[in-house]
Amino acid sequence: MPPESTVRWMYQCLFRIRFFEERIQELAREKAVPGYLHTYLGSEAIAVGVMAALRQDDWITSTYRSHGHAIAKNVDLCEIAAEIHGRRTGVCKGRGGSMHISDFDKGMLGAFGIVAAGPAIALGAALQERRKGSDRIAVSFFGDGAVHNGVFHEAAGLAKLWNVPLLLVCENNGYAEATATDWHLNTETVADMMAAYAMPARTVDGMDMFTVYEAASDAVQRMRQGGGPELIEFKSYRFSGQYEGDEQAYQPPAEVSKARARDPVLLARNTASQLGLGGAAIEALEAAAHRDVDDAFARAAEAAWPAPEDALEEVYVAYPKDRIAYA
Amino acid sequence: MRDLTVKDAINEALRQSMEADENVVLFGEDIAGGQGRDEHPGAMDAWGGPFGVTKGLCTQFGRDRVRDTTIAEAGFFGAAIGAAMVGMRPVCELMYVDFAGVCFDQMMNQAAKMRYMFGGKQNVPMVMRTVVGAGFRAGAEHSQTLYSLFTHIPGLKVVAPYSAADAKGLLISAIRDDDPVVFLEHKRLYMRAEPVPEAAEAIPLGKGRRRRAGRDVTIVAVQRMNLFAEAAAETLAAEGIDVEIIDPRTYSPLDEEMILSSVGKTGRAVIVDESHPRCSLATDIAALIAEKGFAGLKAPVLKVTGPHAPVPFSPPMEDYYIPSPERIARRVREAMDFSKRS
Repeated sequence: MPPESTVRWMYQCLFRIRFFEERIQELAREKAVPGYLHTYLGSEAIAVGVMAALRQDDWITSTYRSHGHAIAKNVDLCEIAAEIHGRRTGVCKGRGGSMHISDFDKGMLGAFGIVAAGPAIALGAALQERRKGSDRIAVSFFGDGAVHNGVFHEAAGLAKLWNVPLLLVCENNGYAEATATDWHLNTETVADMMAAYAMPARTVDGMDMFTVYEAASDAVQRMRQGGGPELIEFKSYRFSGQYEGDEQAYQPPAEVSKARARDPVLLARNTASQLGLGGAAIEALEAAAHRDVDDAFARAAEAAWPAPEDALEEVYVAYPKDRIAYA
Repeated sequence: MRDLTVKDAINEALRQSMEADENVVLFGEDIAGGQGRDEHPGAMDAWGGPFGVTKGLCTQFGRDRVRDTTIAEAGFFGAAIGAAMVGMRPVCELMYVDFAGVCFDQMMNQAAKMRYMFGGKQNVPMVMRTVVGAGFRAGAEHSQTLYSLFTHIPGLKVVAPYSAADAKGLLISAIRDDDPVVFLEHKRLYMRAEPVPEAAEAIPLGKGRRRRAGRDVTIVAVQRMNLFAEAAAETLAAEGIDVEIIDPRTYSPLDEEMILSSVGKTGRAVIVDESHPRCSLATDIAALIAEKGFAGLKAPVLKVTGPHAPVPFSPPMEDYYIPSPERIARRVREAMDFSKRS
């Protein structure tokens, strides 16, 4: 079990992600924010458990389903909400949007809209940390849909050859977009695929944040001591659609209700009393998370829009400015 | 003739092509959806791709001919090429053109060069259908057009329809064509409707369309920019400027004759392309006019494009990025003012 302060952080983080994403669903229904929205509902325990096993200075890569990773990496909630609202105060100044929530200062190397873009980028960061002799590691989060993409396999192969501290975290949420995972995998598990690279790999429950924490901690500890890459496949379930607005017609109700019975927030609430967190303590943490989320979105909705011409900023480090603008 | 949206016109072109030729097959990510849950009533055709363009085709033709793939773009585009070489006519959907980076080798090096490199014995009759365009608040990795990336490559044909009737007729031609064709659909045009012929009538590749006749200035408008060019032309008409609009529809091959003959008549050209300005369709068409139409010009060839920057997410910035009717009208006035001066 993690230290007591970490346990409190984990509950806080779990509730924040859940309430944040529920708010996103409301905003999507009201069409109150622009663009595509992909929520992390059902996989919260993975981001929370893995990030609890990491240090703030470890690197991660995320995907277009980026809100949960960013929240668990302690990116400012209001800056995330403002980015989703497209405001100047957003973490990416409104240039990224929901699919690209990322804060380099908090150890995020990016949140990518292209499936499987992340593992190779995390690989490069892991290589440099090992070369420098630091014990920082890199973690790449990706979905089960990414494991058929060439870049994932190329990154895995190089990571093993180079023996770098790269933790590949596969969030197996049951669906690659609208395609069922048990159909698209040729192997029983994603972990089975890694035999091709002689890479240690496990399949672990991704609904219980403490189980996630234990599995991630083991791997992280080995890597800090010079160990090479590993993969952990966490099995969760996508309660939301692929994107907000997806009717989820392809998800059988019996399958959904079975997964709902092991909702990560439900499991965490059930475990709380065993950890000395009584009903009042949990209620206080929940109330605080609600307040934090309310506050973040309230401030985001009031924040200033970027100037139109801000579209031309920060394309390059150095470049003649008049060559960026159109005539 | 009934009205169809661009989306439904494309769906109809696919359906009629599949009915006419059993070798026409579709590959793509969730072009049906629900794969692996077929026993569940909601599974079949749950998606039809993210925009629902292929919806209903799996129910009609089955999972053998409407083939959901894994997220392995290089793999299934390569498979489409190989299948095309031995008798299929695959129509492959790339979910967004922005994902072309993942499978570009298969299109650029394999599909495009097969016939030439192997002595003209082998055709690759396949279509890459994909979705382009800004204006959806979809951010930098889901909003590009990349028209010129494909147009640059010898061996690929490139189509980018504006209207529903053109989308249908040009897709039918693309599927029947024996060369690899890149068929670019604009996400902001999918829901625009107009009368579309019910029969499977092909529109030949390489023929432009004059969308508006005028005497003073030729606007050559790429895909969605036809909409904004028309709005600009209305404004300008009130000022006494008579605009002609040319929609090339196909960019490889390009209907050079239609563009040059229009500019020969008006003596002024403004090219409108929502892509980045460098090495774009706008610069390509401007070069064509400069080389082959110089004698008739009364003003420099002008262009309206996006900036040399990625497409931003936030609405005020994205709106600034996309050429507007106002910017188009301003450029047309510049072309007019130039020749009044001289």
